[in-house]
Amino acid sequence: MRKLALKVTEIETLSPLVKRFRFEDPKGGALPVFSGGAHITVEMPEGETIRRNSYSLISDPYDGSGYEIAVRREDRGRGGSRFMHTQVREGDEITVSSPANLFQLDLRARKHVLLAGGIGITPFLSQLRQLGMEQKPYELHYAARSREEAAGLKLLPEAAHIHIHISEEGARMDLGAILDGQPLGTHVYTCGPDGLIKAVADQASRLGWPRTAVHSEAFTAPPPGEPFEVVVKSSGKTVTVKADQSLLEALEAAKVEIDYSCRGGACGRCQTHVTACDGRILHNDHWLSEAERAEQKTIMPCMSRFKGARLELDL
Amino acid sequence: MTMQFNEETFRGDYTFRNSPAAVRRFPFPFDRDSYAYSVNIEQHPGGPKGSPFEFAFDVDEHYVAEMKDREITLAEDPMRCQSLPHMELAGWDLLELIMVSKARDYPELFKLTRDGNAWHWINKPLGIDKKFTFLDPTTLPCGPMEYITRQAQGDFALLHEREGNLWLDAGMVTSQADWSLDFDVGMNFFEWHAPVPKARKMGVFDKALKFLLAVTQEQSYRRLNWTMTVNPRLDTSPENYHKWGPEKRTITPENVGAKQFLRVELQTFWRLPRSNALAFPIRCYLCNLEDIATQPKWGRRLHRVLRDIDPDLAEYKGFAVNQKMIVEYLSQYDDGAPTSPGIFPED
Ligand code: HEM
Ligand code: FES
Repeated sequence: MRKLALKVTEIETLSPLVKRFRFEDPKGGALPVFSGGAHITVEMPEGETIRRNSYSLISDPYDGSGYEIAVRREDRGRGGSRFMHTQVREGDEITVSSPANLFQLDLRARKHVLLAGGIGITPFLSQLRQLGMEQKPYELHYAARSREEAAGLKLLPEAAHIHIHISEEGARMDLGAILDGQPLGTHVYTCGPDGLIKAVADQASRLGWPRTAVHSEAFTAPPPGEPFEVVVKSSGKTVTVKADQSLLEALEAAKVEIDYSCRGGACGRCQTHVTACDGRILHNDHWLSEAERAEQKTIMPCMSRFKGARLELDL
Repeated sequence: MTMQFNEETFRGDYTFRNSPAAVRRFPFPFDRDSYAYSVNIEQHPGGPKGSPFEFAFDVDEHYVAEMKDREITLAEDPMRCQSLPHMELAGWDLLELIMVSKARDYPELFKLTRDGNAWHWINKPLGIDKKFTFLDPTTLPCGPMEYITRQAQGDFALLHEREGNLWLDAGMVTSQADWSLDFDVGMNFFEWHAPVPKARKMGVFDKALKFLLAVTQEQSYRRLNWTMTVNPRLDTSPENYHKWGPEKRTITPENVGAKQFLRVELQTFWRLPRSNALAFPIRCYLCNLEDIATQPKWGRRLHRVLRDIDPDLAEYKGFAVNQKMIVEYLSQYDDGAPTSPGIFPED
């Protein structure tokens, strides 16, 4: 996997919980351009291990002068966002992956409706710019609890087709009103809490929208869980996966070679063959089919965990 | 390095020839003495100096003649180049990828100067000197995909990703092994592969699609595919089957070495940055049996592969009618000696 060694050139506090980071090439070189909705994976060295989290790019996709992300501090998460908030300073070196996109715009759409809940605004910030440059009709709705928490406000342009819904002020997002009456050929994109994604899917299906016109950001952060052990077939080594660690992170810490890209269960890169399984794989990815899950012959280590006596991986 | 471009034709009098150097760098597709479908994918570019794998887009002695042949085919049938409206951005991505790669890899042939979106492109072999505005279609004589693929050897497919599948929504296809863009445009990965025997059952296509969806812009890949063609004809399309199909019947034991060509496709996969589309260039190389046999390892191996191939594959690839004559001809080059692994000739 190709990596980019960049420099942190700006850190800005957008809200009590959200900071914006800008990364640039230390020699001022151009970075690869990308498409709206793309993300990068940021490496965070912590002692012996390297933590890697994926974040949506929020900057202009066609501008290679720098990459920007917005990180919300999650104190109960696995620590990556805490690291970004407390350890990273302007001028630091930082290693990131080149961009990949699992939430692209469908440019066939006659119109694009973008629905963001909370920090789910991030992928839309680059999509907005792409839609602007491609001169495609769109509208964006951004829902947040309070103005103070709405980190996206500072990053959104003021425009007639950008709508802010602050629930504390009684302006809740009314999905029925937004989706009803959209022109034929409109696509809707949702990023935010699971509840919002599901509500949009339900509403769209009630209104008879084709399933292919309804998109949502697929990848999420790996969930913590109970610790467990896996055996690496080639070496016979046993690797322990801690409660706040993903299986992929534990394998990397044990210097087992394994491929990845999204680290969020959506790209398929980390798929690993299971050579012995006495127990139950807790599949948390969005990649494997129901049939593949049931077989327990393959696992996505970036997201999934295990409960049982023995799990052996073909690594 | 100066490159000589052949004056040659791929139809009519068929004056196409490979120089001895072109024969030695021919991408012989068999790394062992037998063949079955597989997900044979490796990283690209990268390979021995002078090989067709060294650079992103190989330019060789056939460049100018191949571009002339494409012009003839397009003049007769404009539907060989199609791009659905949402694929224009992917066309610009492809134009950038090819111009940047060629200018970097062949500085004596191509030059690209960029000042923001004001671009200046010089293509010496084709005598083109063009200033245009990147992402502004009104500054080019045709769409960006058509513009650049009239200057790049091989066919090109641009795939749109949606619903966990790839859709063939744009392409320039004039040197294809018997498939039709006009028929396949708008189809998905499984639909356009439907005519291929055996592979779907073997799980080849499920694995290949998963692999393609995971290709990111940081890393591109290639695979080789092959078939057999009578006469050095690039345009073996279903549309023109009436022109080339009957030529299969002209093979005799006397002319098979000169008229029967091994046709190899160097297929590469690229994730495009702005559109997130996938580009799938399919570059065709032709080499007749006589020339193949100048490399003893290739002569021995091709004999064994074609002798033992699954009859369904010989039928699908369209050489079953001449298989006996081909194998008989090649048998004179097979002394039964073992062959070394890998595709490159032994020295
Ligand atoms: C997205 C990129 C690809 C495109 C556009 C593409 C397109 C095609 C087309 C148009 C055909 C001819 C089918 C016919 O008879 O009408 C074909 C054949 C075939 N494709 Fe693909 N293909 C792609 C990727 C792949 C990959 C990754 C594999 C990997 C295994 C593959 C394996 C094959 C095989 C085995 C055949 C039969 C070829 C022969 O025996 O001559 N394709 N492909
Ligand atoms: S790394 Fe993308 S699915 Fe695991």
